[in-house]
Amino acid sequence: MNSPASSGSLRVRLSAWLIGGAAVLGLILFFAVRSYATDVAQKGQDQILAAAAASILDAARLTDGTVDLDMPYAAFSMLNTSSDDRVFYAIRQDGTFLSGYADLPDQASRFETVAYNGANVRSVFAERRLIGVNGPSVVSITLAQTQDGLSETLSQISRNAALLGLGFFVLAAGLSYWVTSWTVGQLSRLTASVTRRGPADLSPFERPVPAEMLPLVGSLNSLMGRLDGSLQRSEDFIAEAAHRVRTPLATVRSYAEVTLQRVDKEENRSAMRSMIRAIDESSRAAGQLLDHAMIAFRADHLTRDPLDLVDLVKEQVMRLTPVADMKDIDLSLFGDDQVPYSGDPILIQNAVRNLIDNALKYSPAERTVTITVASKPTPNIEVCDQGPGIAESELQTVSGRFARGKNAIGTVGSGLGLTIVGDVAMAHGGQLTLSNRPQGGLCARLSL
Amino acid sequence: MRKIIALMLCCLAGVAGAQDWEDQKTFAGAASEITVRVLSSTDTSVFAPLIQSFVSDNPSISVEYLVTGTADVDRRFRADPAEFDVVISSAMDLQLKLANDGFAAVLDTADHPDWAVWRQSLFGFTIEPAAIVINRAAFDGVAVPQTRQALIEALRTRPDVFQGRVGTYDVRRSGLGYLFATQDARASDTYWRLMEILGGLNVRLYCCSGDMINDLGEGRIAVAYNVLGSYAKARIDDRLQVILPSDFQTTMMRTVLVSDLTEKRPAAIAFLQHLLASGAQKDARAPLPLLDPTADATATIGLDPALLTYLDTLKRRNFLKAWEDAVIQ
Repeated sequence: MNSPASSGSLRVRLSAWLIGGAAVLGLILFFAVRSYATDVAQKGQDQILAAAAASILDAARLTDGTVDLDMPYAAFSMLNTSSDDRVFYAIRQDGTFLSGYADLPDQASRFETVAYNGANVRSVFAERRLIGVNGPSVVSITLAQTQDGLSETLSQISRNAALLGLGFFVLAAGLSYWVTSWTVGQLSRLTASVTRRGPADLSPFERPVPAEMLPLVGSLNSLMGRLDGSLQRSEDFIAEAAHRVRTPLATVRSYAEVTLQRVDKEENRSAMRSMIRAIDESSRAAGQLLDHAMIAFRADHLTRDPLDLVDLVKEQVMRLTPVADMKDIDLSLFGDDQVPYSGDPILIQNAVRNLIDNALKYSPAERTVTITVASKPTPNIEVCDQGPGIAESELQTVSGRFARGKNAIGTVGSGLGLTIVGDVAMAHGGQLTLSNRPQGGLCARLSL
Repeated sequence: MRKIIALMLCCLAGVAGAQDWEDQKTFAGAASEITVRVLSSTDTSVFAPLIQSFVSDNPSISVEYLVTGTADVDRRFRADPAEFDVVISSAMDLQLKLANDGFAAVLDTADHPDWAVWRQSLFGFTIEPAAIVINRAAFDGVAVPQTRQALIEALRTRPDVFQGRVGTYDVRRSGLGYLFATQDARASDTYWRLMEILGGLNVRLYCCSGDMINDLGEGRIAVAYNVLGSYAKARIDDRLQVILPSDFQTTMMRTVLVSDLTEKRPAAIAFLQHLLASGAQKDARAPLPLLDPTADATATIGLDPALLTYLDTLKRRNFLKAWEDAVIQ
């Protein structure tokens, strides 16, 4: 049977997508949390800077056109951080430097991050309009603070965010793996229950499956139902047909026998004999078709009774001895005294009869057909003849239905004999093996 | 030959004269390889034991100890930060501003309590409150004042005794005096009342604790306000009494920093570590009140950016104006 082409592993694809997705989500989580926290922390510092700047500006007075600023102690006090950040400031009146750090530039926007005195500083700019007797004046402050405390907080947040992202990823990856295994496991279970079935078991699957797999199992069940029905119908048809053909054939044969006795002319007699042989062949084929149908039915509902293979084979040998005598062939039985086995006696009888029958058909006259019954390694029955054997290339195919060897031409046979033996072997969990003997002849071995 | 030696001596004298130190002394290590230049506001007499123990522990290092006033320490160091390796001053605000402005090296070595360290670059190593020191003779038979209010009463009651015989820092010249004054003014309005009284008594103004204690010991003044008690104690003089005011105390830390531009960083750090460790060992040889790093945080002037407030040009101008209005009458 052809194995269908694989479009990739469901497990690998599911895992890759789920775990890859989890990794991407974890990263997104990390960056989102970090950027949000950075934003919040930066806003915190900005707010404190703005408050300090406002409180300083609040202390500004305009006296005689000059700004006087009584710096509140709390303004710088509130800028104290756990990592002792440095503070810089510049106070200007209408752009003229008054006090603080003269080289700290004014800035355009309210908050800026700039480099000053060898460090990155966050800087706030604020101004206030004072109205004096000589007109208005604008006092402005640039207040800057280093970001050591902030970066410490940020690295802590980053660490926590990374842990969070990683934890999320590990959890999601674990869940993905579990879900993938479970999903694929359902398919594997279905596959296993299909594989475990015997070759003729076409009953529907009853075990519960996930809802998504119900259509598949439903289709499978309906396919098997149809298959079962059609097999059943064809078996019935064959059996019925064989049965109906056999009786008229028997009648025709008896007429032919009678006619053969009455005609004297040699060519007529020979024609009659050919006719009788053809009728025999048809009758035998019909019988075997019936046997085959019977075997197919019994194999489906196999009953196992304890029996002795040696007794069983002896009985068949005795029944076939008259046929063998007619062809001057010797049937000799070897092997163990007793081979107990548990199986369907009718099936095994049928198989043994077919084996011996075959051997008698192909064995030349005045030769011996050897039958061996042994219990080791598994109970087996081997029938060997001294006939022409089968070409090596046909050893595998000849037991197929209606298949016949090339040297079978001219011998009565339907091609069903070995098929029946094979079916019986399979029904009992065994097999039929054919091999040529080195000294000529074929050995058919039925292992049970 | 003699001429050459004379010339060399002359040059040395000239160099020394140009620097114009209050005091200058080199403590030579036994196997001296390098010399750490320490710029300090603390008198050599009280600091010497610490340096001597350092030099004996580290014979390869010599210490050149240069003393000047707190404001001058700040000025000289800012002018030439590469010239000095270690800076010690009792003016915490000026020291903090030095560290804030990036003059101090950030060290990751010292294991010191949080409240006595700023930015791992400025370390407090002594701790002592500003004290009132009196000459017992002036308070013979009178109750010794224990608070500023009581001192005000005492001065008011007998102005004849104290006229011209009270002393305090000239906050315009002394960094430590300015720190004490601003912290006092921040804590209570009593400070300004006291300054009014002192002004009325024609107060003598000093640059340094040492001079004040000297004049006090010799009876030229009877009361010194806001001086370092450790200087008075170091004199072991029965005539003097140190009063730690019970209303509130202004407690300062002497702080030390290593210059960011020093070329002798390891030696300078070793010296700094020695100062901090001496406090941990409760070194009895030191007359200075060394800071015990295992002790709990005390109510000192906080080492935080708020110290920059009174150094603001406008703020300082306002404060000095108010002070002069009160004291110079």
